[in-house]
Amino acid sequence: MPHPGRRRRPRVRGRAGAATAALALLATGCAGAGGTSFGGGDALNVLMVNNPQMVELQKLTAEHFTEETGIKVHFTVLPENDVRDKISQDFSNQAGQYDVATISNFELPFFAENGWLHPLDGYAKADTAFDQEDILQPLRESLTAEDGRLYAQPFYGESSFLMYRKDVFEEQGLTMPDKPTWQQVAKLAERTDGAERGMKGICLRGLPGWGEVIAPLTTVVNTMGGTWFTEDWEPRLTAPEFKKATRFYVDLVRKHGELGAPQSGYAECLNNMTQGKTAMWYDATAGAGSLEAKGSPVKGKIGYVPAPVEQTRSSGWLYTWAWGLQKASTKADDAWRFVSWASGKEYEELVGATSGWSNVPAGKRASTYTNPDYRAEAGAFADVTRRAISEADPKNPGTQPRPTAGIQFVGIPEFTDLGTRVAQEISAAIAGRQSVDAALAASQKLAEKVAEEYR
Amino acid sequence: MTVTAARGTTSPPAPARKQGGGGRRRAWATRAPLLPALVFLIAVTQLPFVATLVISLFDWNSLKPEKRHFTGLSNYASVFTDEALRESVVTTVVLTASVVIVSVVLGLLFALLLDRAFFGRGFVRTLLITPFLLVPVSAALLWKHALYNPEYGLFNGALTWFGEMFGIESIAQPEWTSQMPLIAIEASLVWQWTPFMMLILLAGLQSRPAEIMEAARLDGAGPWQMFRYLTLPHLRRYLELGVLLGSVYIVQNFDAVFTITSGGLGTANLPYTVYETFYRAHEYGLASAAGVVVVIGTIVIATFALRTVSSLFREEASRA
Repeated sequence: MPHPGRRRRPRVRGRAGAATAALALLATGCAGAGGTSFGGGDALNVLMVNNPQMVELQKLTAEHFTEETGIKVHFTVLPENDVRDKISQDFSNQAGQYDVATISNFELPFFAENGWLHPLDGYAKADTAFDQEDILQPLRESLTAEDGRLYAQPFYGESSFLMYRKDVFEEQGLTMPDKPTWQQVAKLAERTDGAERGMKGICLRGLPGWGEVIAPLTTVVNTMGGTWFTEDWEPRLTAPEFKKATRFYVDLVRKHGELGAPQSGYAECLNNMTQGKTAMWYDATAGAGSLEAKGSPVKGKIGYVPAPVEQTRSSGWLYTWAWGLQKASTKADDAWRFVSWASGKEYEELVGATSGWSNVPAGKRASTYTNPDYRAEAGAFADVTRRAISEADPKNPGTQPRPTAGIQFVGIPEFTDLGTRVAQEISAAIAGRQSVDAALAASQKLAEKVAEEYR
Repeated sequence: MTVTAARGTTSPPAPARKQGGGGRRRAWATRAPLLPALVFLIAVTQLPFVATLVISLFDWNSLKPEKRHFTGLSNYASVFTDEALRESVVTTVVLTASVVIVSVVLGLLFALLLDRAFFGRGFVRTLLITPFLLVPVSAALLWKHALYNPEYGLFNGALTWFGEMFGIESIAQPEWTSQMPLIAIEASLVWQWTPFMMLILLAGLQSRPAEIMEAARLDGAGPWQMFRYLTLPHLRRYLELGVLLGSVYIVQNFDAVFTITSGGLGTANLPYTVYETFYRAHEYGLASAAGVVVVIGTIVIATFALRTVSSLFREEASRA
């Protein structure tokens, strides 16, 4: 069907949606941003998401990796949606155009099951300098497939935690518990709402998207005893626990959350926290790096505590961007050399020295957190982050057994669509356009359709 | 403004008459240089569409390549029975119709104002056209953050300033996008498309036969009568053209929906839904089928548009 030919990437505007779909289908060859480089037979082709850490890697590769090894690397860098799509096209056809690609712990199980990835255990064992044991346990597990083999190496990892303004809490005479529950957080949000002019109690995502509102909401559902599906694929979105958690989340954000919540995602909340528009923020641990960066107006004013819980021991999520090797690649040895360099200890040192320790792709190695240089820069959130990642248990994130591994998502390919559609219902409830019950009733129907295929 | 219709005879090019083989050869000799362009055009426009048609007959999820199989027309059945897709059809119609109508009315008002001679007319015209020259996605970002944002947007900032002026303590700070999501998107599109309509209608106004307008004025027609019985009938074609071209473009709008609401709160239109089906659900067959439906709908509208354009040309030619 689609053949690797060189075509322009379609622009969404100025063509019918169909043309977009059609051309995108056929555009297995060349892509816009970054473009594809058909660089000779001995160069590695790497496809990755355009996050800042990856862009940094691209800058450092020629001078520090190619110089040492003689291996040329050609990068293709794309936004998340496009990258996911391109990877699934290239890997599903085993076209072998890319040797290495950034995949996450979400796709890993079904990519591995489809036989698209090259197992890495052998390399990891043989390469003692890489020190596989140093990789944090939950990440190792989440990149290990059903067959017990390791299929990817993390570039950086993240969990979620609660960030709060220490100075505001002090002014108001409030104390943040070391391990807060959601009920306590709701009370604190009420107390800090309006503490300063234009300041809200808490910022929680409300933007539709399986990677936006659904991620924090699902961690709340987990810890309040709910689940998307039972072990034998019964959808439970209208169960009392799921309802209670969703109602709690929606009420909290409506009463004491940010303005414009239905359009607020990670980026908007980060902005609110940085600008002093909110007293608390429950989100990705990666956010702390930006809050404590040079020039941030709230640098040094933020306290960090684990993700709030109710019935579970911990509730932080687990996410990682990791390097997967395409099975069809003919340059597996070179690819491993690249992966072991990019995910290695030395690379973290290199980034620390060249562009500062707050930009290090952290959250994957135990050694990062014992490094004095890193601690000097990221001491405020280093230990809480490490604990959050270490305590994350994707195989058992709630109060009941699950059909798939995953904390803030359900590990099935259909979840990107199901999660996004449910997110649109929840977002409408946050906007006050429908009740939580109506939103969940509609969502249950969608989940039912997906579950049928698995029963 | 004088009438600048083509003077002289506009006879259609005579078809190559049969005068033995020589004539046909000559006809082909003139066509031959155009053939590569034709082949190229077919290759880059028609082949992808044929591929889309073929793919739309398959049940194909890119993450389950081994399960790909031919399903005939079942994707089309899903397109018409899927609730989200059905809703997006309604959203598309509402969005397109309202944006087109409002921009035509506003465009007409601006065109009438710009039709008069006044100091700095060229400068004002340039200012009015600017929104149309903006990249759609940046226009959408501008509206989302700089204007609508309830915390630091211009609208709520203006309200606060207004409130302070009149000593109102806590003036309302509406969450524009949450409270009226579709209207928020429509407003940003109207802002972008009004200049387009204005340009077309201005061209229409400036092609009014001056002597007839002069005669009407001498006969004692008031401004309203002149507008109602002379200008409006003359503008009819231009209005139709504006409406149809605008519809063809706005039906395909993606940037505003994607940027301002991410398709939430019932604002997902067809192009956005096709995008979601393709990129999030990885359902290539279903997305292609939905895409084909969009194309057919657009072709229907475009046919009317083309007819209007050609009748415009006929009219111009007959007036000459």
